[in-house]
Amino acid sequence: MELSGAKIFVESLKAEGVDTIFGYPGGAVLFLYDELDKAAADIDHILVRHEQAAIHAAEGYAKSTNKVGVAIVTSGPGATNAVTGIADAHLDSVPLVVFTGQVPRALIGNDAFQEVDIIGITRPCVKHNFLVKSLEDLAPTIKKAFYIASTGRPGPVLIDIPKDITDGKEKCEFEYPEEVNIRSYNPNNKGNPRQIRLAADALLEAKTPILYTGGGVILSGASSELTELARMLNYPVTNTLMGLGAFPASDPQFVGMLGMHGTYEANMAMHKSDLVVAIGSRFDDRVTGNIEKFCPNAKIIHVDIDPASISKNVMVDIPIVGDVKQVLADLIDELKKRNEKPDKEANTEWWNTINEWRKTDCLRYDQGEELITAQYVIDKLWQLTHGDAFVCSDVGQHQMWAAQYYRFDKPNRWINSGGLGTMGFGLPSAMGVQLAHPDETVACITGDGSIQMCIQELATCLQYQLPLNIISLNNGYLGMVRQWQEFFYQKRYAMSYMDSLPDFVKLAEAYGHVGLQIKNPADVEGALKEAIDNKQRLYFLDFITNPEENVYPMIPAGAGQNEMILV
Amino acid sequence: MENESGALSRVVGLFSARGYNIESLSVAPTDDDSLSRLTLVTSGSEQIIEQIIKQLNKLIEIVKVSDLSDFKYIEREMMLLKVEAKHTDAITSIKQVADIFRGKIIDLSNKTFTIEVSGQGEKLDAFLEAMQDQIIIEVVRSGCIGIARGSNSLKI
Repeated sequence: MELSGAKIFVESLKAEGVDTIFGYPGGAVLFLYDELDKAAADIDHILVRHEQAAIHAAEGYAKSTNKVGVAIVTSGPGATNAVTGIADAHLDSVPLVVFTGQVPRALIGNDAFQEVDIIGITRPCVKHNFLVKSLEDLAPTIKKAFYIASTGRPGPVLIDIPKDITDGKEKCEFEYPEEVNIRSYNPNNKGNPRQIRLAADALLEAKTPILYTGGGVILSGASSELTELARMLNYPVTNTLMGLGAFPASDPQFVGMLGMHGTYEANMAMHKSDLVVAIGSRFDDRVTGNIEKFCPNAKIIHVDIDPASISKNVMVDIPIVGDVKQVLADLIDELKKRNEKPDKEANTEWWNTINEWRKTDCLRYDQGEELITAQYVIDKLWQLTHGDAFVCSDVGQHQMWAAQYYRFDKPNRWINSGGLGTMGFGLPSAMGVQLAHPDETVACITGDGSIQMCIQELATCLQYQLPLNIISLNNGYLGMVRQWQEFFYQKRYAMSYMDSLPDFVKLAEAYGHVGLQIKNPADVEGALKEAIDNKQRLYFLDFITNPEENVYPMIPAGAGQNEMILV
Repeated sequence: MENESGALSRVVGLFSARGYNIESLSVAPTDDDSLSRLTLVTSGSEQIIEQIIKQLNKLIEIVKVSDLSDFKYIEREMMLLKVEAKHTDAITSIKQVADIFRGKIIDLSNKTFTIEVSGQGEKLDAFLEAMQDQIIIEVVRSGCIGIARGSNSLKI
């Protein structure tokens, strides 16, 4: 049957099994919206209040489900507003397909109303992008976009659709392609068997090994394989910020997060290790600290689907390119075939050393009677939700505390902006998570700075009745900026003080939600409980916290992993 | 790479975004009109070159990447040079130098000669050096192209 471009767009989404799309209408996408509205029985369109939020919401949806997140925005400012979200998804390898409207083909390049070259603008921050030049190309392009976004190292793919392709004046035969063949794109999932054998040798020989695992484990759905491998060998596991939940935090083999605000034991174990097994992690500068001082005595195995991640920052001894899930399964099989077992004595000694480091108790905090400490709030949230909530975070001190004190036992539950560090990510991403998991508890941990960067989304939350638990750790500062200024700029607090904060309680109420301000430590638990128990209403909990609190431990920029500031 | 608009821009963008150096760049369609061949000259440590190749391979429109310096290879570049040729001694000298470098005079006016020379980049540098006594009006170089010797090939 011959269909219009707009109809082909909708039918293609249905063929991809898209059930939710986040967006904001505008001139160039009106034909698409006209058809989307008719397809409301199959595809829920969620109207955000700013295009950046559409992308973050799609990211939350994708990160919590491992499905492709989908968003649609109009041309010009709609597209440019989406760029921050797209860059965020690019750095965190989030599978997204983003549709942007474009001016009619005849006007492209004429500086038409609401025209920008969004293909040019987003080229460095997408996995790939397409400008649809003919109606016949539309369905195959959508097929390719979903394929590229979700395979290999996932990432955002943008499709720019000129308005006249969707207007229905021209129609074409619609058949959604069953297969996609891109000659220049064939991700390699299976690890090289020889490299896997070498990795098995190294694992069995190691005396002080550590598994350093990242977001790739979660993206690949390989938590159970990772857990099996770790338990088989009884080796310690540390997660990156993006990898939290891939290995159960309550497991005694878990030594905590590593990196700039990682635990003492995780960073010391990395520093003293003789074998680092990097799995779906990318040796980010926030993890390695000073690269010259990074893991001086370790042999390095690196498993990653992206060859370009290997030996980019740190030279690797045994690279394995492949999908983490498949490589780990093959590695487990290989180890099962071997008669050798890891050196038991060395293992016991290694654990004794690690347990000595653990005694530092680097995450201890004191909750006095006067001021609420942020750590206490997160700790309580963890207790009350039994470590089982979806936790979305904004960016700053609260993000680090959430990572340190909410002990994730399951993957896909910790949703944050790790690579780009986008303030404003928390609330919209939480909307995406709640829409994907309507019956689950979703918390948005934020601060008085971050929350104001996408505060308008409180309206979206009302429209779709999303009972989020917004936990604002309000210290009246841009806390992480203030902390750096305290440490490295002789306490010159340039512009890090949030003067003229709004009354968040009234603000929440103005948007039709419940707002509570909590100043007394004794009221923390009650307020959290009330919010969590209420499955109908969004709660904005404005916790007035200690303004001078810092995130510890901390590896200052340029220092080695063993040079931590503990308190 | 795919012979599509935007493909070249991705390559050039990658080099500038990641701080890699482009010494020369030459690109044109091949016998297969769905493909373009791009020859790029760059420099860097082994690790940087490895990273450049990996990053190029990540671009969806790049079909195949080959480091020609892994093989024995032939390298060519073409230069067109316009010089002032008003006086007899200059004309004689220009002709002599052009002959030595196997250059061809391909255009002339009553005031100028235009010479075509091709070869390795170093040869062109040497030719330019030899022409320094003349009044050079314009120089245009094509950038390097290259191909592996023998049966090695970059066939898709």
